Amino acid sequence: MSQSAVQNTYLEVFESITAHSSSVVNKLRREGVESFASLGFPTTDLERWRFTNVSPIAKKQFTCSKRVDIEASLLPSLKLQEIDGPQLVFVNGWFSEELSNTTGLPAGVEIENLEKVFDNKPESIKPHLGKLVGPDVSAFTALNTALIQDGAVIRIAENVVFETPMQLLFIASADDFQMSQPRILVIAGENSQIKIIENYASLTDTRYLTNTVTEISVANNAMVDHYKLIRESADAYHIGNMHIELGRSASFSSHSMTLGGAIVSNDVNANLSGPGGECTLNGLYLVDHQRLVDNHTTIRHASPHCTSHELYKGILADQARAVFNGKIMVALDAQKTDAKQTNKALLLSEDAQINTKPELEIFADDVKCTHGATVGQLDDEALFYLRSRGLSKEQSRNLLIHAFASDLLNRIRVEPIRMQLDSLLLQQFPGSSGGFLS
Amino acid sequence: MLEVNDLHARVEEREILKGLNMKVKPGEVHAIMGPNGSGKSTLAGVLAGRDDYEVTSGSVTFNDEDLLSMEPEDRARQGIFLAFQYPVEIPGVNNAYLLKAALNEVRKHRGDTELDAIDFMAFVKDRMELLEMDDRLLNRPVNEGFSGGEKKRNEIFQMSVLEPKLAIMDETDSGLDIDALKIVSQGVNSLRTEDRSFVLVTHYQRLLNYILPDFVHVLSGGRIVRSGGKELALELEEKGYSWIDSLDAHPGT
Repeated sequence: MSQSAVQNTYLEVFESITAHSSSVVNKLRREGVESFASLGFPTTDLERWRFTNVSPIAKKQFTCSKRVDIEASLLPSLKLQEIDGPQLVFVNGWFSEELSNTTGLPAGVEIENLEKVFDNKPESIKPHLGKLVGPDVSAFTALNTALIQDGAVIRIAENVVFETPMQLLFIASADDFQMSQPRILVIAGENSQIKIIENYASLTDTRYLTNTVTEISVANNAMVDHYKLIRESADAYHIGNMHIELGRSASFSSHSMTLGGAIVSNDVNANLSGPGGECTLNGLYLVDHQRLVDNHTTIRHASPHCTSHELYKGILADQARAVFNGKIMVALDAQKTDAKQTNKALLLSEDAQINTKPELEIFADDVKCTHGATVGQLDDEALFYLRSRGLSKEQSRNLLIHAFASDLLNRIRVEPIRMQLDSLLLQQFPGSSGGFLS
Repeated sequence: MLEVNDLHARVEEREILKGLNMKVKPGEVHAIMGPNGSGKSTLAGVLAGRDDYEVTSGSVTFNDEDLLSMEPEDRARQGIFLAFQYPVEIPGVNNAYLLKAALNEVRKHRGDTELDAIDFMAFVKDRMELLEMDDRLLNRPVNEGFSGGEKKRNEIFQMSVLEPKLAIMDETDSGLDIDALKIVSQGVNSLRTEDRSFVLVTHYQRLLNYILPDFVHVLSGGRIVRSGGKELALELEEKGYSWIDSLDAHPGT
């Protein structure tokens, strides 16, 4: 099907969706539909999508995935363990009350699924939903908004510190060409602290689409740590858009790890709107065969004395491709900005390819902005050194690949998360069950 | 134990070793001396299995097995250890982790049980003291941020843990101050046994004041041009490497 024919069909799909009882929801959807109609799916003519061709998504008619039930016994292999905080579980984008657990939350901590909020108190999120990212920003955000159905709403009141990470587990159990539109809204009040895990896993090896939008607002002096794990099916598409707003002296950190998906695109946009804010974006990805992982980050230093650190690392094998684009904008009055961006790629094959681009737009004159990108292969000398000590070639390669990734893992301060991400990474290596690079 | 026969090897198009012969018996210490570019490091690299070199003819056997057809890791498991001239820094790989993995590979090959973390620490403790190794070095990434002396000491420490049959030391003495040289030499001497052999590749005679060799070979132009006892090293020190240019014309004299 041609791209425009598909778009027209989507517009029919939008029309057919039953109107929600709340005008808040209907208005949002309407805006999403209108934006999607005018934007359409992006092509590689757009600079943002120059190296990431989403035509495999655009040319197919995806339908909304259905509510299905899955066995609770499947959860342990999908969720991150030893994290006893609240968890919301979604299957095909739909909330599963049965698999979720939100008991024992202290006062001031709310975690609910979006559909329930839409049904019961839509007005409560009206000022927040879509505030950090309007549907007109990108086609995928428009699509998410047009089909907005379920997701998570997390609210933490002023001065509340909630240590245990909250886990949002999105399980795909979809047929080919089905899609889900998870929507996440996080509102962290002044002086609050919270840790959130977005975990995307799959029970099938089908070709589905997960199209997520996350909005996180971090009020003055609040602290939000965000973890995102992507283990979609090897044939699936994952498009993620995350928008973060940081107030004065607020702190936000993001650690993402991408291990699966045929096309994965992660956009992270952080706006340092108050002085003294601190934003850390870390990302790690492994990509093999003919898969593609795209990371686009934008950090806007809108106020003085803000700090941003960015470290992205990719391991590419076979004919895999990756895109990294790191934009840092420093406004005229954002003096004393300290921004550091590093992007490293390890190419394990001569056919693997990365397009990496820093974009710095600096209008202030008293700032420290550094960026660096390196693309390299495994160090032959190190490989020989390890082998000369008796380690096999495979063992030595794995050790060096792991070493490449280890400084990113070491930046994860929550030990159970760090350990599990580490072991999930190792499972992808040759000689192990995941069989990455095998 | 080690027999090198008429070994020719080249790097890219350049022939470096041009018919090298040597025989090392169990327990012997052989020093290989020679000027820069004489092929010393090439010899060490070929023996350890570095793939930058192409062996064009000749043979090397180790305990009667064809060494040249073995992968570097198999040579290591069979008991060959190369102490690197320039030990490699490997960020992200913990020194203790590497050593434990290496030791267990070697032990597996010997048919010994693998050591767990606790047994491993007990096993390495004495050896660390012997080489005056700081505990902290063990838990740092391999060679990263080590001083030159610490790197060389770490090589000898690894050697002491892996207990090879044949240790090849590639200019282990270069860049060491006298104190570090003494510690390294003391480490090597403590590892000398009746059946463990050493090939010391060195530019300077100085090392041989501390590690007394049974044989000294002078390498020049890719061949051994003179062999003798430890007094040959002193003669070489006294007369300088220019002396061997005259020997080169009359090999075997």
